[in-house]
Amino acid sequence: MSYVPDDLDRRIIAATQAGLPLCPEPYQAVADELGCGAEEVMARMSRMLEAGAIRRIGVVPNHYKLGYTANGMTVWDVADEDIRTAGREIGDFDFVSHCYHRPRHLPHWPYNLFAMVHGKSHEEVADKARRIAAALGSRCRGHQILLSTKILKKTGLRLAA
Amino acid sequence: MDNLDRAIINEFQGGFPISPRPYAEAAARLGISEGDFIDRVRSLLEAGVLSRFGPMFHAEKLGGGLTLAAMAVPEADFEAVTETVNAFPEVAHNYAREHELSMWFVLATKTPERVAEVIAEIEAATGLHVYDMPKLEEFFVGLRFDA
Repeated sequence: MSYVPDDLDRRIIAATQAGLPLCPEPYQAVADELGCGAEEVMARMSRMLEAGAIRRIGVVPNHYKLGYTANGMTVWDVADEDIRTAGREIGDFDFVSHCYHRPRHLPHWPYNLFAMVHGKSHEEVADKARRIAAALGSRCRGHQILLSTKILKKTGLRLAA
Repeated sequence: MDNLDRAIINEFQGGFPISPRPYAEAAARLGISEGDFIDRVRSLLEAGVLSRFGPMFHAEKLGGGLTLAAMAVPEADFEAVTETVNAFPEVAHNYAREHELSMWFVLATKTPERVAEVIAEIEAATGLHVYDMPKLEEFFVGLRFDA
């Protein structure tokens, strides 16, 4: 399950987590910075990608700039025995960007399925939540939509110091 | 943003090559030159349309700790609590949400054990209870934004 990064892996992570160099040979550029070969950098990054330690390599759009200004964390109270099938169904909706099973905190917080929904308006988020509700049917005992009102901090993950 | 920018955003939210000349390879898929691809990505980053370009790492698979935490913050204290919470380097994202649990933040720590320590430190610094909501199972994590 987990990938144990060694020292050179950690240095590759530190050198690329802010972004890949924008030059024709970016892996060579990373290698030059670290004092190793480009083949070594590419082999290790391929290994991390295969192991899932790198989720993907590509562009990360700023969804606000693309017009997706409304985001709703939708939370659902689903019977424990249904959580896995329900989670997979909801995760398959193309408008759900993240879908997780998380613990309840009873009595205050009965919700155990979280699905992040993005839209261009609050109405669109509400409409998508209705589609999730319809898919869950009687397996859902209650839900809420927590709209975000403000981004207080967004630095991204910093993995290797 | 024109069609080419949209194509880059829609085609390359993953799958960027690991090869000696990856931009040339990616550019060929769109029928443009290596230099054009690099220039486009640079402009989109500068305009803030892209927040990043490169590998996205999986914190927990690399041995780190990660959790989602929530607090019921009284409105009058909201600004001060925001400042206190954001000062922790382990707080990666923090959102205000319309709910009694009004502050939701992601903690990313170097080790899994450190999550509980940071939560205790935040509770001590704010005097508020922190609801720890680590993921128990992941069903989907991806970004499928159409530009």
